[in-house]
Amino acid sequence: MHPAYSVIYFTCATGAGYGLLIWLAVFAMMGALPLTPAFGLAGLGVSMALVVTGLLSSTSHLGRPERAWRAFSQWRSSWLSREGVFAIATFVPVAVLALGWIVEGRSDGVYAVAAAAAAVSALVTVYCTGMIYQSLPTIRAWNLPMVTPIYLALGLATGAVLMVALMAGFGALAQAHLMLTLAVLGGAWLLKFAYWSTIDGAPREWKIGAATGLGRFGQVRPLDPPHSKPNFVMREMGYQVARKHALKLRRMAIALGFAVPAGLLITVLLGGLQAAAFPLAVLAAMSALAGVLVERWLFFAEAEHVAMLYYGKQEA
Amino acid sequence: MTTLPMTTAKKLGLVIDLDTCVGCQACATSCKEWNTSGYSAPLSDQDPYGADPHGAWLNRIHSYEVGEGDTGRTVHFPRSCLHCETPACVTVCPTGASYKRASDGIVLVNPETCIGCKLCSWACPYGAREYDYAHGVMKKCTLCVDRIYNETLEPEDRVPACVRACPTGARHFGDLGDSDSQVSKLVAERGGFDLMPEFGYKPVNKYLPPRPRRDATTSASGDKKPAVREVESDADPSALTTRFFTWADKVLSR
Repeated sequence: MHPAYSVIYFTCATGAGYGLLIWLAVFAMMGALPLTPAFGLAGLGVSMALVVTGLLSSTSHLGRPERAWRAFSQWRSSWLSREGVFAIATFVPVAVLALGWIVEGRSDGVYAVAAAAAAVSALVTVYCTGMIYQSLPTIRAWNLPMVTPIYLALGLATGAVLMVALMAGFGALAQAHLMLTLAVLGGAWLLKFAYWSTIDGAPREWKIGAATGLGRFGQVRPLDPPHSKPNFVMREMGYQVARKHALKLRRMAIALGFAVPAGLLITVLLGGLQAAAFPLAVLAAMSALAGVLVERWLFFAEAEHVAMLYYGKQEA
Repeated sequence: MTTLPMTTAKKLGLVIDLDTCVGCQACATSCKEWNTSGYSAPLSDQDPYGADPHGAWLNRIHSYEVGEGDTGRTVHFPRSCLHCETPACVTVCPTGASYKRASDGIVLVNPETCIGCKLCSWACPYGAREYDYAHGVMKKCTLCVDRIYNETLEPEDRVPACVRACPTGARHFGDLGDSDSQVSKLVAERGGFDLMPEFGYKPVNKYLPPRPRRDATTSASGDKKPAVREVESDADPSALTTRFFTWADKVLSR
């Protein structure tokens, strides 16, 4: 599948933004972070900046971005529509949470309810994002039950690393934050590792003979193509990364997304480097985001679409 | 509305005969010509005279080689929207631009409300939907919805452009929901099949398989007459006019 940069940035940025929002909301509810206006502005500001730029980026993937509002209408059947509805709905409790936190310095009562609603709505939005891909049986590498959990886990993991950077910046970083983040980061990439093993091992069940219905007469081979240059279907569905490049990129994704941030966070944890904690955590967050960008590029580039069987692929 | 109708009054669709299709592309060009000024007009092309020409077409004709050696054959394979009964391309649509008509089962994209997110093309296993890079919306076979009910056309023209254009009669149009229709009978008689029925989208369009291959044992009749009928001439070779024309033919051929 063609890896569109607008969609890659969208899913990575909103994943991290909603992930951070979920941690902020949960910690705020528990009273486990400084309820100062500065922290509120920085935390919710970073989170919403990621979400808003991500959502704007997604509209640049559209042929008719000015009609994007129409996408809120078909939530009964479409995961993409549901994603849009929840993405916009999330702004409401976030606004209430921001009011309580930044203006009143409180996170109890109605503000606790808003925090809980924001966390749940953010979680549902990322769930919908994952389901857009997971619900497509035409793409073997996406139609797997672990696809949506990976979207959630990587969003929560990048959000957690961002949370550590914020806590460090405000001098509120505790060992528990670091250990929790390391656990979430490790869990997310363990899931991703399992995903790669699964798609490498799974058989390609769709054959050219079934696609054309001609398999009963023998082996089917393309003779004359319908057109001399790639059409939309080939450009969109036929993109494929070379296997050896994919393996290199997988290692790069794991290094940037997991090894580097985990190493930096462990350095902070074991070294007791309070002074260097902030720059190291920022570096860890940037690396984690870069790793997820590579992971997301591969998610598209490694996915094969059944329609390519008509263009000569023997199996998909 | 992207939720599907429970039933459709008709199941209009195509039956494509893979035995008689000669891969001439007449259906594809006729489709492009009609539809570039039809319901989902225009069907734009990009770089049409350059090094990388491509564009939105609603019908694509592949040619495959099937089988090995003496039993091998060439099969021409037209591919377009199958107007599925339960199409995923419709249910994934976030805007309601994609819909299935309850009256006749035709799957359409409303070019006025499509946002060009391309998700429907990801959902379709048949590669039937194409994005129009200039128009910014998805294009697909309309079953020539603007021809089949068009009373300003002659009755024989009220069929999809591809069906009208096919020189070998390899494309048939009708109601596949009516078991007494010509197309339904054809499907029953010839063993028409669905493409990848395992997806569960229940394609309405059917394909008729190539007929069994004829060889020396199955095609020769008892008296070994050639398959092509001999032209019986009623001209008497000795007649004056015949000799004149033979002479004229020789002279003119010099």
